[in-house]
Amino acid sequence: MRSLIREIYSNAFEFVRTFGAFQLFFLRLLRHSPRMIMRRPGLVIKQIYNTGALSLVIIMVCGFFVGAVLGLQFYTNLAKFNAEDSVGTVVAMALIKELGPVITALLFAGRAGTALSSEIGLMKATDQLSAMEMMAVNPVRRVLVPRFLGGVIAMPFLVAIFTCIGLFGANVVAVDLLSVDIGSFWQQMQTTVQPSDIHEGILKSIVFGTVASLLAVWEGYNAIPTAEGVGRATTRTVVITAIAVLILDFMITAIML
Amino acid sequence: MQQTRSVEIGTGLFVLLGMSALFFLTTQTTGGDGFSADDTYEVTAFFENVGSLKSRAPVAMSGVTIGRVNSVTFDADTLQAKVVFEIDSVYGSIPDDSDASILTAGLLGSQYIGLQAGGSEDYLEEGSEIFFVQDAIVLENLIGKFLVNAKSGGDE
Repeated sequence: MRSLIREIYSNAFEFVRTFGAFQLFFLRLLRHSPRMIMRRPGLVIKQIYNTGALSLVIIMVCGFFVGAVLGLQFYTNLAKFNAEDSVGTVVAMALIKELGPVITALLFAGRAGTALSSEIGLMKATDQLSAMEMMAVNPVRRVLVPRFLGGVIAMPFLVAIFTCIGLFGANVVAVDLLSVDIGSFWQQMQTTVQPSDIHEGILKSIVFGTVASLLAVWEGYNAIPTAEGVGRATTRTVVITAIAVLILDFMITAIML
Repeated sequence: MQQTRSVEIGTGLFVLLGMSALFFLTTQTTGGDGFSADDTYEVTAFFENVGSLKSRAPVAMSGVTIGRVNSVTFDADTLQAKVVFEIDSVYGSIPDDSDASILTAGLLGSQYIGLQAGGSEDYLEEGSEIFFVQDAIVLENLIGKFLVNAKSGGDE
């Protein structure tokens, strides 16, 4: 019994300590960020390409089908109240405010986050990071900061693309397949959606992008330098990112309302 | 070198695609009903009850949006609600004895101000006040009146 309490206590203590180290790591990355953008933009651009442009396939395909299924589901349920013309409004609000940022963040963690953490973990396991330190190259600045910045910059764009293609998917399903009037689909959406909703979505995308990239880079940098350790780091990235994104989503929604 | 070029082209295309998506979101999905005019003039009206009228609500005449509500505040001097709204300067010939009523769009929609033209020769201009107003319909008062009428009708 006593050992259980001791274990819980030490686990809680470890959690707090890790969380603190995580915050300090974040500040360290932020400190080097401006210099990296100004002096070595090529590195950052390459990482934007790796995290953003290469994620486009999954984002666009998933976006289309999420929008399509939303259109289908909402149409079925709105038809009971003879309110099918509001499909556009409801899908737009759901996508712009909630599903766009959250699903994109989860997909981003799955595709780009795992790529980042496994790449950095492997660099650590094969001693590339220590080799850089021996050559007086700061591995945090050279390797971690560009990847972090690449993720942060790519996320808002990915969310915007996801949302737009989602709306297009809903349009295809509602207008072409379910005979909703295209005029009322877009016009009702334009009346109800306010710029503040879009601002909320963009804010969420920036926050989620920061969290997802930060967690991926952190897990990779602190991976146990073995094959099993890198695998574990990759899994942890996805799991912790998912949990963090959903908790933050609730908090941001509560604040913005 | 080839690889760097394709990386840069890919990133450039990605950012362009993202920006156009953002642009599409902000322009095509919002504010269709938003009223935006460069030149407007402000008009004031005092109401006993504004219901759920909010700022940015449309101001319509014959059903066409010609302006927007700027502010809804409580005026401590007159103990009434003060509504300040702006009308597009293109519509410069609205008679100054027009009446302003608070109407509801549809059955359960949001409230807006409807103007009905009067017959005066003078027109509304910057800073005018509309004197003929009709308050928002409060459901409880309506039901109360109905009940009183029904009761008195029953007694007769």
